[in-house]
Amino acid sequence: MRVVVAQHAPSLRERLKDAAAVACVALLLGVPMIGLTTVDQGGALHVATRWPVLAIFVTLCFIGRLLARFGLDRLQLRRRSRPAAVSALRGTGALTAWVGWSCLGVALALPVIFSDNRYVVDTATTVLIYVMLGWGLNVVVGLAGLLNLGYAAFYAVGAYAYALLSTQFGWGFWQALPVAGAFAAGFGLLLGWPTLRLRGDYLAIVTLGFGEITRVILINWTDLSNGPNGIASIPRPTFFGLPFKPDGDTPTFASFFGIEFSPLHRIIFLYYLILALAMLTNLFVSRLRKLPVGRAWEAIREDEIACQALGINVTNVKLSAFAISAMLGGCAGVFFAARQGFISPESFTFNESAIVLAIVVLGGTGSQLGVVLASLVLVLLPELGRDFADYRMLLFGAAMILIMIWRPGGILAKREPTLRYRALSRDGGGP
Amino acid sequence: MNAPLLRIENLSMRFGGLTAIDDLSLDVHDARITAVIGPNGAGKTTLFNCLTGFYRPSSGRVSLAHPRRGLLQLEELDSHQVASRAQVVRTFQNVRLFPKMTVLENLIVAQHQRLQQASCFTLAGLFGLPAYRRAEAQAIAVAVDRLTRLKLIDRADAVAGDLPYGMQRRVEIARALCVDPILLCLDEPAAGLNPRESAELNALLQSLSGEEGLAILLIEHDMSVVMNVSDHICVLNYGCKIAEGTPEQMRSDAKVIKAYLGEDDEGEQPGEFSGAPSQ
Repeated sequence: MRVVVAQHAPSLRERLKDAAAVACVALLLGVPMIGLTTVDQGGALHVATRWPVLAIFVTLCFIGRLLARFGLDRLQLRRRSRPAAVSALRGTGALTAWVGWSCLGVALALPVIFSDNRYVVDTATTVLIYVMLGWGLNVVVGLAGLLNLGYAAFYAVGAYAYALLSTQFGWGFWQALPVAGAFAAGFGLLLGWPTLRLRGDYLAIVTLGFGEITRVILINWTDLSNGPNGIASIPRPTFFGLPFKPDGDTPTFASFFGIEFSPLHRIIFLYYLILALAMLTNLFVSRLRKLPVGRAWEAIREDEIACQALGINVTNVKLSAFAISAMLGGCAGVFFAARQGFISPESFTFNESAIVLAIVVLGGTGSQLGVVLASLVLVLLPELGRDFADYRMLLFGAAMILIMIWRPGGILAKREPTLRYRALSRDGGGP
Repeated sequence: MNAPLLRIENLSMRFGGLTAIDDLSLDVHDARITAVIGPNGAGKTTLFNCLTGFYRPSSGRVSLAHPRRGLLQLEELDSHQVASRAQVVRTFQNVRLFPKMTVLENLIVAQHQRLQQASCFTLAGLFGLPAYRRAEAQAIAVAVDRLTRLKLIDRADAVAGDLPYGMQRRVEIARALCVDPILLCLDEPAAGLNPRESAELNALLQSLSGEEGLAILLIEHDMSVVMNVSDHICVLNYGCKIAEGTPEQMRSDAKVIKAYLGEDDEGEQPGEFSGAPSQ
């Protein structure tokens, strides 16, 4: 059917038939969901009917489908008639770089522009946490092609590691960061080892289980994690030893620089901190991608058996992907704990893993800039949608569906080669 | 004749009640092309899987006389060790490239072992130390050399999965050559090639074994390739070796003709293989 539609414009009859089919489905679904409703009459529930509303709904579906189909066909025709897309493709690399640098520029300038707006800086910090998580998960999902539905577990391990090290042993943020990262990497190996032989759906189920196990342990191992009550009063990161507090006996950030104390200082500092951590992650991952280990990650995504035949130890390659991805997730967790000052297992539910995975998939698996764009969409949409109250998540879901229709491979699906012969031979000068 | 490079002794592979390879013995020599032929399901690819560590043989030994590392028992190695340690590299019946990576990247991945060591397990690479950069430049040089040789250099930056089929086959061979094999196992390299391409393949195989002294083990159905390039042919049927010898001997061997053409029920003359006489 699709093929036929693509080849010649369907007649009005076909369009009407198609729309009528959709309206039928809408009617079937609509009868229980819209047509019937319960009303409370003196303590007893009665079923009332809303046929006019249902009629409007079905009509809207009919017209909507008609218009959508028409629009999609037009779009397809225009795409077909467009001359070879080669020239457009060649420009993508430069465009990506340009968008990337301008994103960084905006990110650097943002707290300066909105220096008196706590809400904006806070939201931007949240976006950056997700960007960092997305880049971390991208290693295992985007590059190595191993589906991981339990990424929040590593996030949790990092957060709890910092929370415990700082509250129990008085460690500072910068001391705890590498240790918590290493600890999370250890957990990555722990997950990677038993799942080496699994791929695709099976791996997804095991990682999902791992994420849940971690959360359940955190809830129940009260001696360690304080259970569902979580860990409170986690020390905030300091500016090279200068705390962000009102003037006191010891020098503070405000007194040291001779400026008036403002609670915004810490917010802005946290923002720049996560920006730096995220950029470091980006640098690290894009560097790794061009190294043997990164190319091997991509190669096992493409064909594991061919890798073995070429002498690549698939076990080591997979474990390194798991460990590095977990380490980055753990570092993001450390920042999260330091920013919130309070953590509980509530923050590390499956929902969190799903959002990070959605960011990676919507962004275009393997694309660094795609992750940024997708986190902007996925974090900002629910924020902007607050006015829509109950329909917030509906809006969110619709946006995800639209992105997948518009770009099935993610926002930025084109893969950049890690090296180019043409560039190399030009640099080399040739004989 | 000198000692063989690879000696397969009494190799058997059973899957439950099915015996895919039955007590097979075969020698493979340096600088020679040994072909394994036989009807579909004769156990040729299973033999390759046993040699290269993808299957553990049920019984028998596969010994490789490695020029530097001494005698290696291939049946004890994992598949990646067969390539990295024993330098026995295979290609696949259905091409297995890394389809989304470029041709050049495919060839660089094949040199993973060397590069990974040069990058000190990523650390030296991460900081771009000169030792690693030298190793990378060398890996690129090797890849460019193989690409030039297989007339693929124009396509170095092409995405491997987008290439025409015949070219993908060549990329796979180029990639295998990047591992520095001492024994190259090719599983139907001529499948899907047109006559001109398969003539080029013949020339390539002959130059690899003749000029560079590489041992080649070849599974092939295309008799124009097998009969022209092979020094030695081993014919399998139902997992058993039914004949072994030079192309001339095989061409007239009654058992081979029977295996390929069936019993001579209808009084037809047993046909000759379609391949032209060698050389």
